Amino acid sequence: MPGRWFAALLFCCILAGCNGDKPQERRISRSSGPPAYGDAIVVGSIGEPSTLIPLLATDSASFDIAGLVYNGLVRYDKNLKLEGDLARSWDVSPDGLTITFHLRRGVKWQDGVEFTSRDVLYTYRVTIDPKTPTAYSGDFKQVKTAEAPDPYTFRVTYARPFAPALASWGNAILPAHLLEGKDITKSDLSRHPVGTGPYRFKEWVPGQKLVLESYHDYYEGRPYIDRYVYRIIPDSSTMYMELKAGSLDRMGLTPVQYARQTTSREFLDRFNKFRYPASGYTFLGYNLRNPLFSDRRVRQALTSAIDKKEIVQGVLLGMGQVARGPYKPGTWAYDPHIHDFDYDPARAVRLLAEAGWQRNGDGIMEKNGRPFQFTILTNQGNDQRLRTAQIIQWRLKQIGIDVKIRVVEWASFLKNFVDTGNFEALVLGWTISPDPDLYDVWDSSKTGPKELNFVGFKNSEVDRLIAEGRTTFDQGKRRRCYWRIQEILAKEQPYTFLYVPDELPVVSARFHGIRPAPAGIDYNFIRWYVPKEGQLYQ
Amino acid sequence: MITYLLKRLVMLVPLLVGISLVTFTVIHLAPGEPVEMQTSLNPKISAAARERMREFYGLDKPLYVQYLSWLKRMAKLDFGRSFAPDGRPVIEKIRERIPVTLSLNVISLVLEMGLAIPIGVLAAVRRNSRLDRAITVFVFLGFAVPTFWLALLLMYLFGVQLGWLPVSGLHSLGSDRLGLLAWSWDLAKHLLLPVSIATFGSLAGMSRYMRATMLEVLNQDYITTARAKGLSERVVIWRHAFRNALLPLITLLGFSLPGLIGGSVIFETIFAIPGMGQLFYQGVMGRDYPLVMGILVIGAGLTLIGNLLADVGYALADPRIRHGRG
Repeated sequence: MPGRWFAALLFCCILAGCNGDKPQERRISRSSGPPAYGDAIVVGSIGEPSTLIPLLATDSASFDIAGLVYNGLVRYDKNLKLEGDLARSWDVSPDGLTITFHLRRGVKWQDGVEFTSRDVLYTYRVTIDPKTPTAYSGDFKQVKTAEAPDPYTFRVTYARPFAPALASWGNAILPAHLLEGKDITKSDLSRHPVGTGPYRFKEWVPGQKLVLESYHDYYEGRPYIDRYVYRIIPDSSTMYMELKAGSLDRMGLTPVQYARQTTSREFLDRFNKFRYPASGYTFLGYNLRNPLFSDRRVRQALTSAIDKKEIVQGVLLGMGQVARGPYKPGTWAYDPHIHDFDYDPARAVRLLAEAGWQRNGDGIMEKNGRPFQFTILTNQGNDQRLRTAQIIQWRLKQIGIDVKIRVVEWASFLKNFVDTGNFEALVLGWTISPDPDLYDVWDSSKTGPKELNFVGFKNSEVDRLIAEGRTTFDQGKRRRCYWRIQEILAKEQPYTFLYVPDELPVVSARFHGIRPAPAGIDYNFIRWYVPKEGQLYQ
Repeated sequence: MITYLLKRLVMLVPLLVGISLVTFTVIHLAPGEPVEMQTSLNPKISAAARERMREFYGLDKPLYVQYLSWLKRMAKLDFGRSFAPDGRPVIEKIRERIPVTLSLNVISLVLEMGLAIPIGVLAAVRRNSRLDRAITVFVFLGFAVPTFWLALLLMYLFGVQLGWLPVSGLHSLGSDRLGLLAWSWDLAKHLLLPVSIATFGSLAGMSRYMRATMLEVLNQDYITTARAKGLSERVVIWRHAFRNALLPLITLLGFSLPGLIGGSVIFETIFAIPGMGQLFYQGVMGRDYPLVMGILVIGAGLTLIGNLLADVGYALADPRIRHGRG
């Protein structure tokens, strides 16, 4: 009788579910040995790449793969400083208008053709071509002239000195000999890329996996790991089970998985866990056009009433740190001495009283008979943001402020609320790019509809400092600008900066040579290896 | 019969156009556009770049112009290119996903029929017995248990704890180097969990339906006559009652035709199966109009054809209907 059989099975499986961690049969050796070529790494990803021509892609999965297949002229090193990649070196003219890149000689595309300045010129031209549907033409549009005087020199001239320009040359350089004269949107390279990078494309099984092979003629030498398998597993619990079952070597953990589900001796024997600050922060942004938030003291009071440490504990289980400004702690633009409004509800009440808000008999904050209430908006599908909003709601209730939370699907969140400025406050996150330029998010010229300064922050001193910071290449000068901006933002509190979460990757213990640095662990991926006797796949 | 068929087939065209018009309007009414989904909140993207992308996709034209150009292409059976950054032809994207979904659904459907029909008949014959009640509880358990929860439990048991079955996906790493037999075995192991869970979840509907029609038939006079004639219970049930009770199932089968190419998003996501459900979901989330329209039109077409086939099948199986329309 199938019924009885199945009921018994179900019962067993519920029992097994309560059973806890059972030691695995398959043991991964932690054996040490000299670096050796061979083996494969199987990486789990929630999303599938959309296109392997990075110029056309906007999703992180596409860049995971493109980052291994292509190179830019420059790149960020392990300390997040720019270093030469396909460019051996570069000179900036004294007036800051011209950048001359000296290209590496003898670099070969994965099909054997030599890499030259013609490829760079092509990449520049196709990026600014109005027919190319790319998202990355902005920075290149600042270029006045681009020329390739000889095969190993590439020179660009700007109308004004433009510091973020250098980083924009980290965009992937595309093979001119395969693309010139063709329609890039219909090119086969989007499914079968050819780059100059350490890995070459082997196969793509749609919806399942991508496979890359090491490129033996890579200019920095042959990578140790022979194959890179990128498995698409859209559900994070499934991915975690695949990891535990031994069919995945690497994934990113959630805070709960990191803190609670991966602490057994058996797990730590088989895997190495890493933890370092991610390049992003979460904030509570106030619509400064709204009279409710136009008074700086009110915003300072709100920040004082929110316990950021508690949010880091409650939402991230401590896997993150409190944010005080728009930069990642530990980077050169970050000001460690920033004065922030720490959690102090008494100060919050005092500041609100200065701004004319008093608690009435029912304990509700009121001004001229109007209660203090507003709605925090956030997007659907991000639990961390929702829980953050809930903790804020609870804290503000304690000083008599009534907060409602509204969760909206991403597309309509942007279209109906953010783009139109039709919101009171929102919980959202920004990526922190290694170049500290703040023009797009904080300049007062960027407050229009669909622009990124959607809270409507306008401050002439900040505008001046942003302009100064992006027109000089001198890091000392730039740092002074950005430190001053952080001071102003801390005083003005247009956002309550909440937290910088941690990146929590886990990698099978058979991989050696991983050296965590400010840039994370991936910067030296080609130097990871598995000792001969520990190799799992041939 | 032939003219009737032709008439029905011709009628399909305006119906399809109507459906496509409604779906086209609805999907464009949803807030957000493909370009915005790709570029919003990205500091590196200028407004000019965004406008250029809108132009590239033809989104700057009025809605009816967009619809007409879409319709013109559809008339030539050209589904267009996806608005996702890969810009691949929609038909190609659908084609690489259909085999997986279709075979999963066909296997599940066959299993479902193979189990639900005997279960339903058994429950009807032994109505209100202990067995009937047990079956009821069992099928409703399958109906009520959230598939994703059951799936996760079973994956944990068989995949992680016991290590008997793979956790997710369709093939093991390196399965392409295996021989045909080993390769099929590998695939079968991957399919075992998803197929059994899908079948378990859908047993209820079909088996209850079978039970109800069977009960109805068993109360007919001719069954009493057959029994009075002294026919064995087996002949009465399987030869006389069962065949008549099967008729309504034809309709159900017709309705399940479009379902064969539709997949469940949650299910496919949990098992990491690249099927139609995921494709459609991604299409909707990214506002990939041509892809969404393509899938919807195929689905609508199959629904209409399924209805037609059910009607025809019914006519073929039941002389009363056939002659009535003659």
